[in-house]
Parts: sequence; structure tokens; C-alpha cells
Amino acid sequence: MSIALQDRPGRAAAPSALLVFNSDLSWSGQHRLAVADLVDGARMWRLAWTLGWLDIRLRYRGSMLGPLWLTLSTAVMVVALGVLYAALFRMDLHEYLPFLALSQVLWGYISTLTSDACTCFTQAEGIIRSIRMPFFLHALRTVIRNILVLAHNVIVIVVVFAVFSVWPGWHALYALPGLALWLIDSLAICLLLGAVCARFRDINPIVMSVMQIAFFITPILWKADQVGRYGAYLPLNPFYSLLEVVRRPLLYEPLPLKVCAAALIYSVLLCGLTWAIFLRARGRLAFWV
Amino acid sequence: MSGAGEARVEVAGLSVYFPLYHGSSRSLKKTVFAAAAGRLGEDRQHRVVVQALRDLTFSLSAGDRLGLVGSNGAGKTTLLRTLAGIYEPVQGRVCVQGSINALLDPNLGMNADLTGRENIQLRALYSGLPRAHHRRLEEDVQDFAELGNFLDLPVRTYSSGMVVRLGFALATAIRPQILLMDEWFLAGDSVFMEKAKHRLEEMVRGAEILVLSTHNEAVVQTWCTRVLWMDQGRILRDGPPVDVLEAYLGRPLPGTGVPVGGANAAESDAAG
Repeated sequence: MSIALQDRPGRAAAPSALLVFNSDLSWSGQHRLAVADLVDGARMWRLAWTLGWLDIRLRYRGSMLGPLWLTLSTAVMVVALGVLYAALFRMDLHEYLPFLALSQVLWGYISTLTSDACTCFTQAEGIIRSIRMPFFLHALRTVIRNILVLAHNVIVIVVVFAVFSVWPGWHALYALPGLALWLIDSLAICLLLGAVCARFRDINPIVMSVMQIAFFITPILWKADQVGRYGAYLPLNPFYSLLEVVRRPLLYEPLPLKVCAAALIYSVLLCGLTWAIFLRARGRLAFWV
Repeated sequence: MSGAGEARVEVAGLSVYFPLYHGSSRSLKKTVFAAAAGRLGEDRQHRVVVQALRDLTFSLSAGDRLGLVGSNGAGKTTLLRTLAGIYEPVQGRVCVQGSINALLDPNLGMNADLTGRENIQLRALYSGLPRAHHRRLEEDVQDFAELGNFLDLPVRTYSSGMVVRLGFALATAIRPQILLMDEWFLAGDSVFMEKAKHRLEEMVRGAEILVLSTHNEAVVQTWCTRVLWMDQGRILRDGPPVDVLEAYLGRPLPGTGVPVGGANAAESDAAG
């Protein structure tokens, strides 16, 4: 029946595949499927990139500045907060504003990523329920979207650093391992929160309030040395440790080993937890969203 | 790509249960109860579950054209989704070999803010087409949908008929070995259907395996070589179209060979 039509020009053929599902999957079987999900998702980076970029482009469709609104609103926020808090804390603007610009932009990434992570799968409901796609693709899309936002906000940092002529120079390269760690953690948090929030709809508001509290108890508006001897306990705050591995090199400050170790430990814990949850959730996610 | 061996589908002891986590609102519960009468139960953790598919076993090989009939909520769409790999079985085993195109959602991944052309590119990425085929897909959809200059305007500006044409052209542009099709594909305005029918028939002929969920007995008779009558997630009957359809409808069939397009109007009647 299908002879003449097999390779007709002008029609694209769907890629071939073999799908095998067993309900009584062993632990290693689940493991294999989850790994396949990550690998297949990573292979679709081109789609993830397109979707992430479209998310931003469509959000600012028809506006004159487009995504530069992101930059502008961050700039206004940083200047307003900077002037106010420098006066409140009686700090030199020259010293405080570059710190604040960097902290605010980095925190902005962490907090939007975390809240986006909660809706990472529920937002893609339509796609999840009509075509088989690796779940990692949705995590990748969310992370790419947030990295693009971050890239727009980096302009604020650069301008502030230029105005006050504080340059970390080559020292800034020490932030690269930290940024790599951030990338891994970002993907993990999307898979973790995306799955958990799809199953338990109460988690999303809880995450929001935790992030709100974290903003105040993490040295973002204030500096770590302002809390005096309590500063020793700061690495216990995962947000502090992770923030510092990127922020300190960019401010030309030394990075204590303790902070590095804490950041690594938290990342390993996060990835471990994510994997444990994702293994169990992957096969059920389509029912939950 | 499509020549990687014969297509086959094997389903053994397949069960799919839906947990109703978000069914706390009374009205939703009522709706679900009504739709899934007799199929609600509780699992070990006392969650309410819908038993969408219960212990299905069948296999299909190249050349099979399977029609799924049954009342609303019989589990037809769930079965299609399970075969497409969207739902994973709770019990049993599913093995699907061959490239799949599941026509389940007419507007899959379509974004109204993007132009028609951008939507075509997006679909090519979703389908995992090799980049060399992207151009082909675009030309094919362009030819069929006949949107002219609208192809470069946002889909938001399209008339509803144009959206249907684009969605249909996109969904049917990718040629699979295994074609899974939900009944919405057979609905549509009659003028467009004439043109769509030809393309769909060609696609159905080109596919090695067809699984079609429909209420339309004429379509089943024309296209299918085998029919599964599903009820409350179970297979009630499995056999040649005429036998199963007569049992399903409870009356003898009015002769075979009814043209596909002409029977669409009668679709709603056939549902009962």
C-alpha cells in the first residue's frame, strides 16, 4: 500500500524511534529513562534556545525598547536603592553602588529563575499532553530564558563599574567555575521545583515566600561584614554561598575556601535530591500537569 | 530515516490510572464522575483515581489500520496518548517501533504571536526534523495552506479558517510510519474538508500503521481493517470492522464503501 509514497519529495519524514515502556521498571530502568530524557533534551538545545528567546521577544512585542526594558528597570531600581541605602547605612556610594548593582542583578536571576522553575512544566502543559518531549527540554528553555534576561541586566553592572571605574580585571575569570556551578544548579532547580510544583500546587506560593525571606537574610542590600561576628555563620545560608562564588571574584575580593566548599556541598545535595525526585516523577509528570 | 525496520505496536496488559489530585472542587468532581461513570476507584493511598485503561492487550504490525470506537470517556484518547509515549503505563507493557506522528492537538505548539512561517520553523524543531528537511516542510505547508502573503504575518491576524488550514497543513506535513489520529481531524468545514481529505487519505495510505479514534462509522469502514470497541477503559470487542461496528451500533450496517467526506455531517448521529 505504501510503496510509491515512501520517499515522495516535498514531504518530511518523522524521525524513527523505538519506544518501550514497562510498568514494572527496575530502579536501573527508571534511571536509564531519566538519563535518556536528559540526553534527548540536551540534543534539542536548538529548540530550547528558540523557545527561550521567543519567550522574551514576545513579552516585549511591540514595545520600542524591547528587552532593553529589562535593563532599564534594573538600572532604575539599582540607582534608587543604591542612593537610599548608601545614605541609610552611611556608606560611600563609590563603594556601595557597584556592590549593589552586582548583587541585585545576580539575585534577580536567582529569584526569577526559582519562581519560573515552579511553572516550568505546568506552563508547557499543552505540549506535554500532545507530543512526547524530553522534560529536560522545558528546564533548558526556562534556564535559557533567564540567562538571556541576565545578559540584558549585565549592561547595568558594566555601566556602574565603568562610572565608578572599578574593574576586577582578569580576576573576574575566577567567577567562571562559579557560573558553571550556577548553570548546573539552575537546571536542577527547574527539574526539581517543576516536578514538585506540578504535583503539589501549594509549593509555588511557599517557594515565593521563602525567596522573599531569603532576599532579606542574604547579604544583597547589606554587606556581610556589617553583621560582625555573625558573618561566620553566613555560609550556612545556601544562597549566600552560591552568590559569593560568583560575586566575590567580580568584586576583586578573595574567595574563602569555606564558602567554596559550602557552595559545592549545597549543589551536590540539590542535584542528588533533584535526581531522586525526577526519577520518580518523570513517568508521572504527564498526568500531573 | 523512516526505513529503519518495520513498524510494530505491542501492548500487553496495559493499564493507565489517572490520579485526581486536583479534584477537590465539588463541581469538577461531579464532572469527572459523570464522564467516567463506573471507572472511579481508590488506590492504596486512598486517592481517587480514574481507571482510564484497564488491562489492554493487542498488537499491530505493518499494514494494520485500527479504528477505536466507543462512547465518550471510553479511553480512546488516553490509548492514543499512551501509544504516542505521552502517558507511561501504570501496569503492563507498551512497545512501539517506528516513527510516530500523533495528530492529537490541532494547534500543537502554535504561537499566535508568531508569523505562519515562524510557526512552521518551530514545528520543524518540535518534530526533531533534520535541518536539511526544514526547507521542504516550509514549502509543503506553504503550498497546501495557501495563505499567500499572510504566511509572513502573525497568526493572530488570521481568520479562523486560515488557522485551521495552517494547523492541518503542519500536522499532516510530517510523514510517519505510525499515524495516531484523534477524531477532531475529521471535523471541519466541508469546503476545506474536500482538500484536506485527499491529503489525509494520502497520509493514511503512506503510514504503515494507523490508529484512529472516531465516532464516525463510515470513516472506520473505509479506512480500517480492524476495530477495537472500547468501553470504560476495556476492550469490549476486537475484530473486523463490519462485525464490531454492527455489535457496537446494535444494527446492521448500510453497506460498505461510503465516501469519507460525505459522512462527516452524520458524525454526531453515529456517536450514540
